[in-house]
Amino acid sequence: MATPAQDRKLRDPSLNPGDQPYFDACAEGKLLIKKCSDCGEVHHYPRALCPFCFSDKVNWLQTKGTGVIYTYSVTRRGGPVPYCIAYVTLDEGPKMMTNIVDCDLDGIKVGQKVKVVFKKTENGASVPMFTPA
Amino acid sequence: MSIKGKAYIVGAYEHPLRKAPNHSVSQLHAECAKGALEDAGLTKNDIDGYFCAGDAPGANVWSMANYMNLKQLKHVDSTDMGGCSYLVHVAHAAEAIAMGKCNVALVTLAGRPNSEGSSGTQVRDRGANMPDSPFEMPYSPVTVNLYAMCAMRHMHEYGTTSEQLAWVKVAASHHAQHNPNAMLRNVVTVEEVVNSPMISDPLHRLDCCVVSDGGGAVIVAKPEIAKSLKRPLVKLTGTGESTKGQFGGNVDLVYSGAAWTGPRAFEMAGCKPSDIKYASIYDSFTITVVMQIEDLGFCKKGEGGKFVADGNLIAGSGKLPFNTDGGGLCNNHPANRGGMTKILEAVRQLRGEAHPAVQVKNCNIALAHGTGGALGHRHGSATLIMERE
Repeated sequence: MATPAQDRKLRDPSLNPGDQPYFDACAEGKLLIKKCSDCGEVHHYPRALCPFCFSDKVNWLQTKGTGVIYTYSVTRRGGPVPYCIAYVTLDEGPKMMTNIVDCDLDGIKVGQKVKVVFKKTENGASVPMFTPA
Repeated sequence: MSIKGKAYIVGAYEHPLRKAPNHSVSQLHAECAKGALEDAGLTKNDIDGYFCAGDAPGANVWSMANYMNLKQLKHVDSTDMGGCSYLVHVAHAAEAIAMGKCNVALVTLAGRPNSEGSSGTQVRDRGANMPDSPFEMPYSPVTVNLYAMCAMRHMHEYGTTSEQLAWVKVAASHHAQHNPNAMLRNVVTVEEVVNSPMISDPLHRLDCCVVSDGGGAVIVAKPEIAKSLKRPLVKLTGTGESTKGQFGGNVDLVYSGAAWTGPRAFEMAGCKPSDIKYASIYDSFTITVVMQIEDLGFCKKGEGGKFVADGNLIAGSGKLPFNTDGGGLCNNHPANRGGMTKILEAVRQLRGEAHPAVQVKNCNIALAHGTGGALGHRHGSATLIMERE
Protein backbone atom coordinates (compact mmCIF):
# COMPACT_ATOMS: atom_id res chain seq x y z
CA MET A 1 0.00 0.00 0.00
CA ALA A 2 1.52 3.26 -1.03
CA THR A 3 0.77 6.78 0.14
CA PRO A 4 2.22 9.11 -2.49
CA ALA A 5 3.29 12.50 -1.12
CA GLN A 6 0.95 15.21 -2.36
CA ASP A 7 1.47 18.94 -2.64
CA ARG A 8 -0.27 20.85 0.11
CA LYS A 9 -0.69 24.46 1.12
CA LEU A 10 2.32 25.51 3.18
CA ARG A 11 2.16 28.22 5.82
CA ASP A 12 4.21 31.28 5.03
CA PRO A 13 7.15 31.77 7.38
CA SER A 14 6.53 34.75 9.64
CA LEU A 15 10.02 36.29 9.52
CA ASN A 16 11.79 38.02 12.35
CA PRO A 17 14.59 40.55 11.79
CA GLY A 18 17.70 38.64 10.72
CA ASP A 19 15.86 35.77 8.99
CA GLN A 20 15.64 37.21 5.47
CA PRO A 21 19.05 36.01 4.18
CA TYR A 22 18.12 32.41 4.97
CA PHE A 23 14.95 32.59 2.90
CA ASP A 24 16.66 34.62 0.13
CA ALA A 25 19.16 31.76 -0.15
CA CYS A 26 16.33 29.22 -0.25
CA ALA A 27 14.90 31.10 -3.23
CA GLU A 28 18.28 30.54 -4.94
CA GLY A 29 18.26 26.85 -4.10
CA LYS A 30 20.77 27.07 -1.24
CA LEU A 31 20.31 25.79 2.32
CA LEU A 32 22.19 27.83 4.92
CA ILE A 33 23.04 27.21 8.53
CA LYS A 34 25.05 29.40 10.88
CA LYS A 35 28.62 28.92 12.04
CA CYS A 36 30.32 30.68 14.94
CA SER A 37 33.76 32.02 14.10
CA ASP A 38 34.70 32.15 17.78
CA CYS A 39 33.88 28.61 18.98
CA GLY A 40 33.57 26.97 15.56
CA GLU A 41 30.19 25.34 16.27
CA VAL A 42 27.41 25.26 13.70
CA HIS A 43 23.77 25.68 14.69
CA HIS A 44 20.19 25.68 13.45
CA TYR A 45 17.66 27.43 13.55
CA PRO A 46 19.84 30.47 12.89
CA ARG A 47 20.36 32.98 15.69
CA ALA A 48 22.07 36.36 16.09
CA LEU A 49 24.08 34.98 19.01
CA CYS A 50 25.82 31.59 19.00
CA PRO A 51 23.74 29.27 21.23
CA PHE A 52 26.95 27.54 22.38
CA CYS A 53 29.21 30.48 23.37
CA PHE A 54 27.01 33.60 23.00
CA SER A 55 29.45 35.14 20.53
CA ASP A 56 27.86 37.51 18.00
CA LYS A 57 30.41 36.47 15.36
CA VAL A 58 28.07 34.07 13.62
CA ASN A 59 28.13 33.73 9.84
CA TRP A 60 26.04 31.99 7.23
CA LEU A 61 27.42 28.69 5.95
CA GLN A 62 26.09 27.00 2.83
CA THR A 63 25.35 23.33 3.43
CA LYS A 64 25.69 20.50 0.94
CA GLY A 65 21.94 20.01 1.27
CA THR A 66 22.29 16.36 2.20
CA GLY A 67 21.64 14.37 5.35
CA VAL A 68 19.86 11.41 6.93
CA ILE A 69 16.44 11.11 8.53
CA TYR A 70 16.79 11.22 12.36
CA THR A 71 13.08 10.63 12.94
CA TYR A 72 9.79 11.21 11.13
CA SER A 73 6.04 10.76 11.34
CA VAL A 74 3.44 10.57 8.60
CA THR A 75 0.41 12.49 9.83
CA ARG A 76 -2.55 10.72 8.26
CA ARG A 77 -5.50 12.45 9.95
CA GLY A 78 -6.42 16.05 10.52
CA GLY A 79 -5.04 17.66 7.38
CA PRO A 80 -6.39 17.76 3.83
CA VAL A 81 -3.68 15.30 2.75
CA PRO A 82 -1.20 13.06 4.59
CA TYR A 83 2.24 14.63 5.09
CA CYS A 84 5.54 13.60 6.62
CA ILE A 85 7.19 15.75 9.29
CA ALA A 86 10.78 14.85 10.16
CA TYR A 87 14.06 15.90 11.66
CA VAL A 88 16.95 15.51 9.24
CA THR A 89 20.54 15.35 10.48
CA LEU A 90 22.49 17.50 8.03
CA ASP A 91 25.92 16.25 6.98
CA GLU A 92 27.31 19.38 8.67
CA GLY A 93 25.83 18.22 12.02
CA PRO A 94 22.69 20.07 13.07
CA LYS A 95 19.28 18.44 12.92
CA MET A 96 16.50 20.49 11.34
CA MET A 97 12.73 20.11 11.33
CA THR A 98 11.41 19.60 7.81
CA ASN A 99 9.03 17.61 5.63
CA ILE A 100 9.92 14.58 3.51
CA VAL A 101 8.34 14.99 0.07
CA ASP A 102 8.22 13.66 -3.51
CA CYS A 103 8.19 9.99 -2.49
CA ASP A 104 6.00 7.18 -1.18
CA LEU A 105 5.30 8.25 2.41
CA ASP A 106 4.92 4.59 3.41
CA GLY A 107 8.53 3.85 2.40
CA ILE A 108 10.27 6.42 4.60
CA LYS A 109 12.80 5.05 7.11
CA VAL A 110 14.87 6.39 10.00
CA GLY A 111 18.48 6.58 8.77
CA GLN A 112 17.47 7.08 5.14
CA LYS A 113 19.72 9.38 3.08
CA VAL A 114 17.95 12.49 1.81
CA LYS A 115 18.69 15.63 -0.20
CA VAL A 116 17.17 19.08 -0.08
CA VAL A 117 14.45 20.34 -2.42
CA PHE A 118 12.67 23.66 -2.17
CA LYS A 119 8.91 24.11 -2.04
CA LYS A 120 6.85 27.29 -2.29
CA THR A 121 4.61 28.47 0.53
CA GLU A 122 1.20 30.07 -0.10
CA ASN A 123 2.66 33.50 -0.85
CA GLY A 124 5.72 32.25 -2.71
CA ALA A 125 8.47 31.97 -0.11
CA SER A 126 10.83 29.01 -0.63
CA VAL A 127 11.32 26.57 2.22
CA PRO A 128 13.70 23.61 2.38
CA MET A 129 12.28 20.09 2.39
CA PHE A 130 13.93 16.75 1.74
CA THR A 131 13.46 13.81 -0.60
CA PRO A 132 15.19 10.42 -0.70
CA ALA A 133 18.68 10.81 -2.19
CA MET B 1 15.84 26.02 48.58
CA SER B 2 14.34 22.77 49.78
CA ILE B 3 10.57 22.73 50.21
CA LYS B 4 10.65 19.54 52.26
CA GLY B 5 8.09 19.82 55.02
CA LYS B 6 7.56 23.55 54.43
CA ALA B 7 4.02 23.32 53.08
CA TYR B 8 1.06 20.98 52.63
CA ILE B 9 -1.64 20.48 50.02
CA VAL B 10 -4.76 21.10 52.09
CA GLY B 11 -7.44 21.40 49.43
CA ALA B 12 -8.06 19.70 46.10
CA TYR B 13 -10.95 19.79 43.66
CA GLU B 14 -11.58 18.46 40.17
CA HIS B 15 -14.38 19.94 38.11
CA PRO B 16 -16.84 17.17 37.18
CA LEU B 17 -17.72 18.51 33.73
CA ARG B 18 -15.96 17.26 30.59
CA LYS B 19 -18.02 19.43 28.23
CA ALA B 20 -19.04 22.84 29.51
CA PRO B 21 -20.31 24.94 26.57
CA ASN B 22 -22.42 27.15 28.84
CA HIS B 23 -19.69 27.87 31.39
CA SER B 24 -17.26 30.73 30.91
CA VAL B 25 -13.59 29.86 31.48
CA SER B 26 -13.60 32.33 34.40
CA GLN B 27 -16.57 30.55 35.95
CA LEU B 28 -14.77 27.21 35.66
CA HIS B 29 -11.67 28.64 37.37
CA ALA B 30 -13.80 30.12 40.16
CA GLU B 31 -15.86 26.95 40.65
CA CYS B 32 -12.63 24.99 41.01
CA ALA B 33 -11.32 27.52 43.54
CA LYS B 34 -14.57 27.27 45.50
CA GLY B 35 -14.46 23.47 45.45
CA ALA B 36 -10.87 23.36 46.69
CA LEU B 37 -11.60 25.84 49.50
CA GLU B 38 -14.61 23.78 50.62
CA ASP B 39 -12.50 20.64 50.51
CA ALA B 40 -9.87 22.31 52.71
CA GLY B 41 -12.35 23.90 55.10
CA LEU B 42 -11.06 27.37 54.31
CA THR B 43 -12.73 30.50 52.92
CA LYS B 44 -11.89 32.87 50.11
CA ASN B 45 -10.63 35.47 52.54
CA ASP B 46 -7.95 33.05 53.74
CA ILE B 47 -6.22 33.16 50.34
CA ASP B 48 -3.14 35.38 50.28
CA GLY B 49 -1.28 33.75 47.39
CA TYR B 50 -2.64 33.07 43.91
CA PHE B 51 -1.15 31.13 41.01
CA CYS B 52 -2.51 30.63 37.50
CA ALA B 53 -1.05 30.07 34.01
CA GLY B 54 -1.79 30.69 30.35
CA ASP B 55 -5.19 29.01 30.51
CA ALA B 56 -6.44 31.80 32.80
CA PRO B 57 -8.20 34.56 30.86
CA GLY B 58 -5.62 37.17 29.92
CA ALA B 59 -2.77 34.85 30.92
CA ASN B 60 -2.23 37.10 33.92
CA VAL B 61 -3.08 36.94 37.62
CA TRP B 62 -5.19 40.06 37.96
CA SER B 63 -8.08 39.07 35.67
CA MET B 64 -9.03 35.98 37.67
CA ALA B 65 -8.05 37.61 40.97
CA ASN B 66 -10.48 40.39 40.05
CA TYR B 67 -13.24 37.96 38.97
CA MET B 68 -12.94 36.09 42.26
CA ASN B 69 -12.41 39.36 44.16
CA LEU B 70 -9.27 38.15 45.94
CA LYS B 71 -8.35 41.23 47.93
CA GLN B 72 -5.53 40.18 50.21
CA LEU B 73 -2.94 38.73 47.86
CA LYS B 74 0.63 39.03 49.07
CA HIS B 75 2.18 36.66 46.55
CA VAL B 76 1.23 36.12 42.90
CA ASP B 77 2.75 33.98 40.15
CA SER B 78 1.59 33.47 36.56
CA THR B 79 4.47 31.20 35.51
CA ASP B 80 3.42 29.45 32.32
CA MET B 81 5.03 26.06 31.75
CA GLY B 82 2.18 24.73 29.63
CA GLY B 83 0.64 21.56 30.99
CA CYS B 84 3.05 21.23 33.91
CA SER B 85 2.51 24.81 35.16
CA TYR B 86 0.47 23.67 38.16
CA LEU B 87 3.17 21.35 39.48
CA VAL B 88 5.55 24.29 39.25
CA HIS B 89 2.98 26.50 40.98
CA VAL B 90 2.65 24.12 43.92
CA ALA B 91 6.44 24.08 44.30
CA HIS B 92 6.66 27.86 44.02
CA ALA B 93 3.81 28.21 46.51
CA ALA B 94 5.70 26.04 48.98
CA GLU B 95 8.80 28.22 48.48
CA ALA B 96 6.78 31.41 48.94
CA ILE B 97 5.22 29.99 52.11
CA ALA B 98 8.63 28.93 53.39
CA MET B 99 9.90 32.48 52.83
CA GLY B 100 6.94 33.91 54.70
CA LYS B 101 5.49 35.63 51.65
CA CYS B 102 2.07 34.01 52.01
CA ASN B 103 0.21 31.47 54.12
CA VAL B 104 -2.54 30.01 51.94
CA ALA B 105 -1.96 29.75 48.19
CA LEU B 106 -4.59 28.94 45.58
CA VAL B 107 -3.69 27.36 42.21
CA THR B 108 -6.36 27.12 39.50
CA LEU B 109 -6.62 25.62 36.03
CA ALA B 110 -9.61 25.54 33.68
CA GLY B 111 -10.48 25.56 30.01
CA ARG B 112 -12.92 24.47 27.34
CA PRO B 113 -10.98 22.93 24.43
CA ASN B 114 -13.71 20.32 23.95
CA SER B 115 -16.41 22.95 23.47
CA GLU B 116 -14.06 25.06 21.38
CA GLY B 117 -13.22 22.25 18.96
CA SER B 118 -9.53 21.89 19.78
CA SER B 119 -7.60 18.93 18.34
CA GLY B 120 -4.09 17.59 18.54
CA THR B 121 -3.91 17.53 14.74
CA GLN B 122 -4.42 21.30 14.42
CA VAL B 123 -1.53 23.63 13.68
CA ARG B 124 -1.49 26.09 16.57
CA ASP B 125 -0.23 29.58 15.96
CA ARG B 126 2.26 30.30 18.71
CA GLY B 127 2.12 34.08 18.36
CA ALA B 128 4.44 36.82 17.12
CA ASN B 129 8.21 37.01 17.59
CA MET B 130 8.73 33.29 18.06
CA PRO B 131 12.34 32.69 16.94
CA ASP B 132 11.66 29.10 15.85
CA SER B 133 8.41 29.75 14.00
CA PRO B 134 9.77 30.58 10.50
CA PHE B 135 11.84 27.39 10.59
CA GLU B 136 9.04 25.10 11.76
CA MET B 137 5.56 26.34 10.91
CA PRO B 138 5.78 25.64 7.15
CA TYR B 139 6.20 21.96 8.08
CA SER B 140 2.92 21.79 10.07
CA PRO B 141 4.17 20.56 13.43
CA VAL B 142 1.10 19.62 15.50
CA THR B 143 0.86 18.13 18.96
CA VAL B 144 0.46 14.56 17.84
CA ASN B 145 3.24 14.46 15.24
CA LEU B 146 5.72 16.12 17.61
CA TYR B 147 5.19 13.26 20.07
CA ALA B 148 5.01 10.71 17.27
CA MET B 149 8.54 11.67 16.19
CA CYS B 150 9.73 10.89 19.73
CA ALA B 151 7.98 7.53 19.60
CA MET B 152 9.46 6.70 16.20
CA ARG B 153 13.00 7.46 17.39
CA HIS B 154 12.44 5.61 20.67
CA MET B 155 11.35 2.55 18.69
CA HIS B 156 14.41 2.89 16.44
CA GLU B 157 16.93 3.17 19.28
CA TYR B 158 15.40 0.79 21.82
CA GLY B 159 13.09 -1.53 19.94
CA THR B 160 10.00 -0.23 21.72
CA THR B 161 6.84 -1.62 20.09
CA SER B 162 3.32 -0.34 19.44
CA GLU B 163 2.01 -3.15 21.63
CA GLN B 164 4.14 -1.95 24.55
CA LEU B 165 2.87 1.61 24.13
CA ALA B 166 -0.68 0.25 23.98
CA TRP B 167 -0.30 -1.20 27.49
CA VAL B 168 -0.21 2.35 28.86
CA LYS B 169 -3.69 3.00 27.45
CA VAL B 170 -4.91 -0.41 28.57
CA ALA B 171 -3.85 0.35 32.15
CA ALA B 172 -5.48 3.80 32.07
CA SER B 173 -8.72 2.26 30.82
CA HIS B 174 -8.71 -0.31 33.62
CA HIS B 175 -8.67 2.61 36.06
CA ALA B 176 -11.15 4.80 34.21
CA GLN B 177 -13.89 2.18 34.37
CA HIS B 178 -14.24 3.10 38.06
CA ASN B 179 -14.41 6.87 37.52
CA PRO B 180 -17.98 8.01 36.78
CA ASN B 181 -16.70 11.35 35.44
CA ALA B 182 -14.19 9.83 32.99
CA MET B 183 -14.80 10.52 29.30
CA LEU B 184 -13.78 7.01 28.23
CA ARG B 185 -14.84 4.29 30.67
CA ASN B 186 -14.61 1.18 28.51
CA VAL B 187 -11.74 -1.17 29.23
CA VAL B 188 -9.69 -1.62 26.04
CA THR B 189 -7.24 -4.28 24.91
CA VAL B 190 -3.80 -4.01 23.32
CA GLU B 191 -5.38 -5.23 20.07
CA GLU B 192 -7.99 -2.49 20.17
CA VAL B 193 -5.31 0.17 20.64
CA VAL B 194 -3.04 -1.00 17.83
CA ASN B 195 -6.02 -1.53 15.52
CA SER B 196 -7.47 1.94 16.15
CA PRO B 197 -6.95 4.40 13.27
CA MET B 198 -3.37 5.57 12.70
CA ILE B 199 -3.28 9.31 13.44
CA SER B 200 0.44 10.03 13.00
CA ASP B 201 2.86 7.10 12.68
CA PRO B 202 3.35 5.30 15.05
CA LEU B 203 0.62 6.79 17.27
CA HIS B 204 -2.93 5.46 16.91
CA ARG B 205 -6.09 7.21 18.00
CA LEU B 206 -6.07 5.28 21.30
CA ASP B 207 -2.44 6.31 21.95
CA CYS B 208 -3.75 9.90 22.28
CA CYS B 209 -5.33 11.62 25.26
CA VAL B 210 -8.86 12.98 25.27
CA VAL B 211 -9.80 16.61 24.65
CA SER B 212 -11.93 17.81 27.52
CA ASP B 213 -13.33 20.88 29.21
CA GLY B 214 -13.15 21.33 32.95
CA GLY B 215 -10.44 22.20 35.42
CA GLY B 216 -9.12 21.79 38.90
CA ALA B 217 -7.62 23.63 41.84
CA VAL B 218 -5.42 22.99 44.83
CA ILE B 219 -4.73 24.93 48.02
CA VAL B 220 -1.23 24.93 49.51
CA ALA B 221 -0.84 26.07 53.11
CA LYS B 222 1.82 26.45 55.77
CA PRO B 223 2.20 23.60 58.29
CA GLU B 224 0.44 25.35 61.19
CA ILE B 225 -2.67 25.93 59.08
CA ALA B 226 -2.60 22.46 57.53
CA LYS B 227 -2.49 20.88 60.98
CA SER B 228 -5.45 22.99 62.17
CA LEU B 229 -7.69 21.60 59.40
CA LYS B 230 -9.61 18.35 59.38
CA ARG B 231 -8.22 16.84 56.18
CA PRO B 232 -5.50 14.15 55.95
CA LEU B 233 -2.06 15.74 55.79
CA VAL B 234 -0.31 15.72 52.41
CA LYS B 235 3.19 17.10 52.86
CA LEU B 236 5.33 18.38 50.00
CA THR B 237 8.81 16.88 50.14
CA GLY B 238 10.53 17.24 46.78
CA THR B 239 10.37 19.15 43.54
CA GLY B 240 12.25 19.77 40.34
CA GLU B 241 11.56 21.97 37.35
CA SER B 242 13.35 22.54 34.06
CA THR B 243 13.00 22.96 30.30
CA LYS B 244 14.52 21.05 27.42
CA GLY B 245 14.88 22.20 23.85
CA GLN B 246 16.69 21.46 20.62
CA PHE B 247 20.20 22.36 21.85
CA GLY B 248 21.04 24.55 18.87
CA GLY B 249 20.42 21.64 16.50
CA ASN B 250 21.78 18.79 18.63
CA VAL B 251 18.25 17.42 18.90
CA ASP B 252 17.79 14.29 21.06
CA LEU B 253 14.17 13.18 21.25
CA VAL B 254 14.49 9.98 23.30
CA TYR B 255 14.58 11.65 26.70
CA SER B 256 12.70 14.44 28.44
CA GLY B 257 13.42 17.05 31.08
CA ALA B 258 12.25 14.50 33.65
CA ALA B 259 15.81 13.16 33.47
CA TRP B 260 16.81 16.31 35.40
CA THR B 261 13.72 17.13 37.45
CA GLY B 262 13.22 13.59 38.74
CA PRO B 263 16.65 13.15 40.38
CA ARG B 264 16.45 16.65 41.92
CA ALA B 265 13.03 15.93 43.40
CA PHE B 266 14.15 12.56 44.77
CA GLU B 267 17.26 14.08 46.31
CA MET B 268 15.24 16.82 48.00
CA ALA B 269 12.65 14.35 49.27
CA GLY B 270 15.32 11.92 50.44
CA CYS B 271 13.74 8.95 48.70
CA LYS B 272 14.18 6.88 45.54
CA PRO B 273 11.92 5.63 42.75
CA SER B 274 11.39 2.27 44.46
CA ASP B 275 9.86 4.12 47.45
CA ILE B 276 7.04 5.56 45.32
CA LYS B 277 3.74 3.76 45.93
CA TYR B 278 1.72 5.68 43.34
CA ALA B 279 2.74 7.86 40.37
CA SER B 280 0.76 10.37 38.37
CA ILE B 281 2.60 10.55 35.04
CA TYR B 282 1.61 13.01 32.33
CA ASP B 283 -0.07 10.98 29.60
CA SER B 284 -0.70 13.27 26.66
CA PHE B 285 0.25 10.21 24.62
CA THR B 286 1.31 6.70 25.54
CA ILE B 287 4.92 7.45 24.54
CA THR B 288 4.98 10.38 26.99
CA VAL B 289 4.50 7.93 29.87
CA VAL B 290 7.13 5.48 28.65
CA MET B 291 9.79 8.17 28.25
CA GLN B 292 9.06 9.82 31.59
CA ILE B 293 9.01 6.56 33.52
CA GLU B 294 12.51 5.91 32.20
CA ASP B 295 13.72 9.45 32.84
CA LEU B 296 12.35 9.50 36.40
CA GLY B 297 14.33 6.35 37.13
CA PHE B 298 11.56 3.77 37.52
CA CYS B 299 13.48 1.64 35.00
CA LYS B 300 16.61 1.91 32.87
CA LYS B 301 16.62 4.18 29.81
CA GLY B 302 15.18 2.32 26.87
CA GLU B 303 13.38 -0.28 28.98
CA GLY B 304 10.18 1.69 29.48
CA GLY B 305 8.33 -0.34 26.88
CA LYS B 306 9.10 -3.57 28.69
CA PHE B 307 8.31 -1.94 32.04
CA VAL B 308 4.78 -0.83 31.12
CA ALA B 309 3.87 -4.08 29.34
CA ASP B 310 1.74 -6.83 30.81
CA GLY B 311 -0.29 -4.55 33.04
CA ASN B 312 2.52 -3.24 35.22
CA LEU B 313 0.86 0.16 35.54
CA ILE B 314 -2.47 -1.26 36.74
CA ALA B 315 -3.38 -0.63 40.39
CA GLY B 316 -3.62 -3.81 42.43
CA SER B 317 -1.52 -5.98 40.16
CA GLY B 318 1.21 -3.84 38.61
CA LYS B 319 4.61 -2.69 39.89
CA LEU B 320 3.82 1.00 39.53
CA PRO B 321 0.15 1.99 39.82
CA PHE B 322 -0.29 5.11 37.70
CA ASN B 323 -3.06 7.58 36.86
CA THR B 324 -5.73 5.76 38.82
CA ASP B 325 -8.34 8.36 37.77
CA GLY B 326 -7.94 7.20 34.16
CA GLY B 327 -5.50 10.03 33.40
CA GLY B 328 -5.49 12.13 30.29
CA LEU B 329 -5.83 9.05 28.15
CA CYS B 330 -9.32 8.24 29.52
CA ASN B 331 -10.52 10.68 32.17
CA ASN B 332 -9.86 14.29 31.22
CA HIS B 333 -7.29 16.79 29.98
CA PRO B 334 -8.82 20.17 30.84
CA ALA B 335 -7.44 23.14 28.89
CA ASN B 336 -5.16 20.67 27.10
CA ARG B 337 -3.04 20.88 30.26
CA GLY B 338 -2.82 17.75 32.36
CA GLY B 339 -0.57 18.84 35.23
CA MET B 340 -3.34 19.79 37.65
CA THR B 341 -5.21 16.51 37.42
CA LYS B 342 -1.91 14.69 38.03
CA ILE B 343 -1.62 16.46 41.39
CA LEU B 344 -5.28 15.83 42.25
CA GLU B 345 -5.15 12.05 41.88
CA ALA B 346 -1.87 11.86 43.82
CA VAL B 347 -3.54 13.78 46.66
CA ARG B 348 -6.54 11.42 46.58
CA GLN B 349 -4.22 8.43 46.77
CA LEU B 350 -2.26 9.84 49.71
CA ARG B 351 -5.47 10.70 51.54
CA GLY B 352 -6.86 7.23 50.87
CA GLU B 353 -9.71 8.82 48.92
CA ALA B 354 -9.16 7.26 45.49
CA HIS B 355 -11.86 4.90 44.23
CA PRO B 356 -11.66 1.74 46.39
CA ALA B 357 -11.05 -0.38 43.30
CA VAL B 358 -7.85 1.55 42.51
CA GLN B 359 -6.77 2.81 45.93
CA VAL B 360 -3.16 1.80 46.56
CA LYS B 361 -2.71 0.16 49.96
CA ASN B 362 -0.58 2.06 52.47
CA CYS B 363 0.03 4.82 49.94
CA ASN B 364 2.43 6.98 51.91
CA ILE B 365 4.64 8.42 49.13
CA ALA B 366 3.42 9.59 45.74
CA LEU B 367 4.97 11.32 42.77
CA ALA B 368 3.34 13.58 40.20
CA HIS B 369 5.15 14.52 37.03
CA GLY B 370 4.15 16.72 34.13
CA THR B 371 5.30 18.11 30.82
CA GLY B 372 4.32 21.29 29.03
CA GLY B 373 4.81 22.22 25.40
CA ALA B 374 5.83 19.25 23.26
CA LEU B 375 8.56 16.65 23.73
CA GLY B 376 9.23 16.89 19.98
CA HIS B 377 10.69 20.41 20.10
CA ARG B 378 10.57 22.38 23.37
CA HIS B 379 9.04 21.47 26.66
CA GLY B 380 8.87 22.14 30.36
CA SER B 381 9.10 19.41 32.97
CA ALA B 382 8.11 19.43 36.61
CA THR B 383 8.16 16.78 39.32
CA LEU B 384 6.53 16.82 42.76
CA ILE B 385 6.97 14.28 45.52
CA MET B 386 4.44 14.21 48.34
CA GLU B 387 4.10 12.19 51.53
CA ARG B 388 1.20 11.36 53.78
CA GLU B 389 1.94 12.48 57.32
